[in-house]
Amino acid sequence: MKKALLATAMAAAIALPSMAMAQDNTIKIGILVALEGAFAEGGADGVRNVELALSQANNMAGGKKIETIVAPTDTTPDTTVRQARKLIEQDGVDIIIGPLSGSEGIAMRDYAKTIPNNTVINGISGALETTWVDPADNFFRFNLDGAQWGAGLGSYVVDEKGWKRVATVAADYSFGYTNFLGFAVDFCRSGGEIVERFWVPLGSSDFGGVIAAMPEDIDAIYLGVGGTDAINFLNQYEQAGAETNLIGGTIMADQTVLTSRGRAKEALVGTPTSGALAEDNPDPAWQNYVKAYQDAFPEDERFPSPSLFGVGYYVATLAAIQALNAVDGDLSDGQNAFREALATTPLETPLGTVELNENRQASGTVYINEVVEGPGGTLVNKMVGKAENVNQTLGMSADEFRAMGLPSRDTPDCAALAQGG
Amino acid sequence: MPVFFEKHPIWSLLIAIVVAVVLWLIFAPWPPGLVEVLGRKRVFLNATFGGITLGALYFLVASGFTLIFGLMRNVNLAHGSLYLLGGYIGFEVSEATGSWLIAFPVVFVIVAVLGMLLQHQVFRRMEGEELRQTMVTIGLSVVLADLMLWWWGGQSYTIYSPDWLSGPVTLPIVSTVRESGDIIYLRYPAVRIAILVAAIALGVGMWLLLNRTRLGMLIRAGVDDREMLAASGVRIQYVFLAVFAFGAGLAGIAGIVGGTFQSLSPGEDTRFLLASLVVVIVGGMGSIPGAAIGALVIGLSEQLGLVYAPTYSVVFTFLIMAGVLAFRPQGLLGRTR
Repeated sequence: MKKALLATAMAAAIALPSMAMAQDNTIKIGILVALEGAFAEGGADGVRNVELALSQANNMAGGKKIETIVAPTDTTPDTTVRQARKLIEQDGVDIIIGPLSGSEGIAMRDYAKTIPNNTVINGISGALETTWVDPADNFFRFNLDGAQWGAGLGSYVVDEKGWKRVATVAADYSFGYTNFLGFAVDFCRSGGEIVERFWVPLGSSDFGGVIAAMPEDIDAIYLGVGGTDAINFLNQYEQAGAETNLIGGTIMADQTVLTSRGRAKEALVGTPTSGALAEDNPDPAWQNYVKAYQDAFPEDERFPSPSLFGVGYYVATLAAIQALNAVDGDLSDGQNAFREALATTPLETPLGTVELNENRQASGTVYINEVVEGPGGTLVNKMVGKAENVNQTLGMSADEFRAMGLPSRDTPDCAALAQGG
Repeated sequence: MPVFFEKHPIWSLLIAIVVAVVLWLIFAPWPPGLVEVLGRKRVFLNATFGGITLGALYFLVASGFTLIFGLMRNVNLAHGSLYLLGGYIGFEVSEATGSWLIAFPVVFVIVAVLGMLLQHQVFRRMEGEELRQTMVTIGLSVVLADLMLWWWGGQSYTIYSPDWLSGPVTLPIVSTVRESGDIIYLRYPAVRIAILVAAIALGVGMWLLLNRTRLGMLIRAGVDDREMLAASGVRIQYVFLAVFAFGAGLAGIAGIVGGTFQSLSPGEDTRFLLASLVVVIVGGMGSIPGAAIGALVIGLSEQLGLVYAPTYSVVFTFLIMAGVLAFRPQGLLGRTR
């Protein structure tokens, strides 16, 4: 029995590569996605959305059949590169869709340079550097980056809320800096003033001292923390008296925080945040997409509505399908025609029209949401505005943006921005 | 105390000076020069008090841990799971009854019973086999963590403190004196003060129990020499059961406290296991006053570090631990055997 099994397996192993080569009429897409670690649930939603986009196109693009291979990562850069190498070298994929998180994206940018005859379309990773510092010719990103997600919020709080003096508390790592930069650039140019900045290590659980250190004469506190850190902060902030308004970064009011149990999250009511999507976006393109998502999967196997990660992978797949259709599935000549189509054709997505710039980075819409009380005491995000055509340099020229420096604790310099704008 | 003074006159003087400086820092209004160096007094006071409260929480977890180790030579690496379980049960009880206070006795009893089961069914079978105990307790903590993940899911829980403890209270400690001469007093979250007072009361209670009662006498005798105690006719297994139950119950109560001013989620169990290991290593294995001092030192270093040197705050804890291990490996109040 064992021997027979072994023989079959060996036969299959020998037969498989030749079978794959024989099928010229298929295009292989590798899905590079985190299925372990903190983003595992979001990663699974990414896979679902790739399936959804492909099934809407009947698994065909450019007259060829699309085959997918999932390569799971654990959000660490080295696993990501190892899995990408496996996709290219063993599975022989033509296109990679992924990865999911920031540091993975930077690793994939560097890896992409070693595979010039293949194309990488980013899943949802959001590090600014991926398409800003020394970008790869064959790496395309159709989602906005962490800095862009923060845009629009600053002018909203200054103009609509009249909050001009804020103190900021944000997580002391790359995404914290980048997302804060997007907020700060917009905020400072609108005439806001950042009184004091606090950077807290990831995984801090006791913010009592930081809360006490808040200056007295501020209009609001900007919070660039997420997950459990955010819940701990809100809990302790409420116990300390909750004296001022809050402004949230992109991960502040996500589902992790809004679905937490207990009353800490109630401090969030009325807090504006900004991000890639708005759940109650009335745009028909978004509504149709949400409905298609809900119809495609049984209720217990999906989120109530698509997650940020899911939307990212969905849009990336749409981009691949559109470009493959444009070139009739022709991937010869090192995929040059395909890349040209990716880079130049505007893409209609559930989040609005997306166009790429010379770094192959998307410009698009950022949504401003506010946390409100929903039915049955739950908290939901309500869309209150949007900023359209947010580009990679946040409306500055490339030189100005470069002169400002890469996101860090002290960048951007608020006073300099206020004068320049 | 007088003996200590006579033996170590220089140390006593140093300690007295430190205590005086700390008291002055807390109670006196700060001169402008000091404000320039250390920032506003409110920040310093809040960080200090925050550190003490955090220390109180660590003490609750670590005192049970150190007691169990001291008496049974049993490193219970599932102690963090007892903490998290207590927190979750506390959340359910306080949601169901609407009373935060009722959660404490209920959780204490439930987790204590679980602790007794562990001692009676698991640890008694492997007395004196450190490696087996370590492996089995790690295994138990993994199993418990998965069971809790299955039952309570991955989201975060916070336990709501009762209305009479919500919001801040004003303390009779001067925070700043405005130029107009107005005196601003320090405002501090009420629930943290309650936790601090409760932890101190509990600490004093434990000290009294250990030093003034017959049970305490048995426990202390057991810590010093188990075999001799057993040989003199004491049913030591009962003492073991009582101590294990008490230590487990304390961890459960600490779970409620932690869920009230921090939050509960998967992963907190190992975080608190690590914290109590550090506390016990710094304070000295098996010593209750050692656990108190260790918890205080670690809590203060975390909070002051977060405010004054956020980048390095994570390192301070382990620097302290490494320092203690290098110069006083038995811990600050530990005894060499």
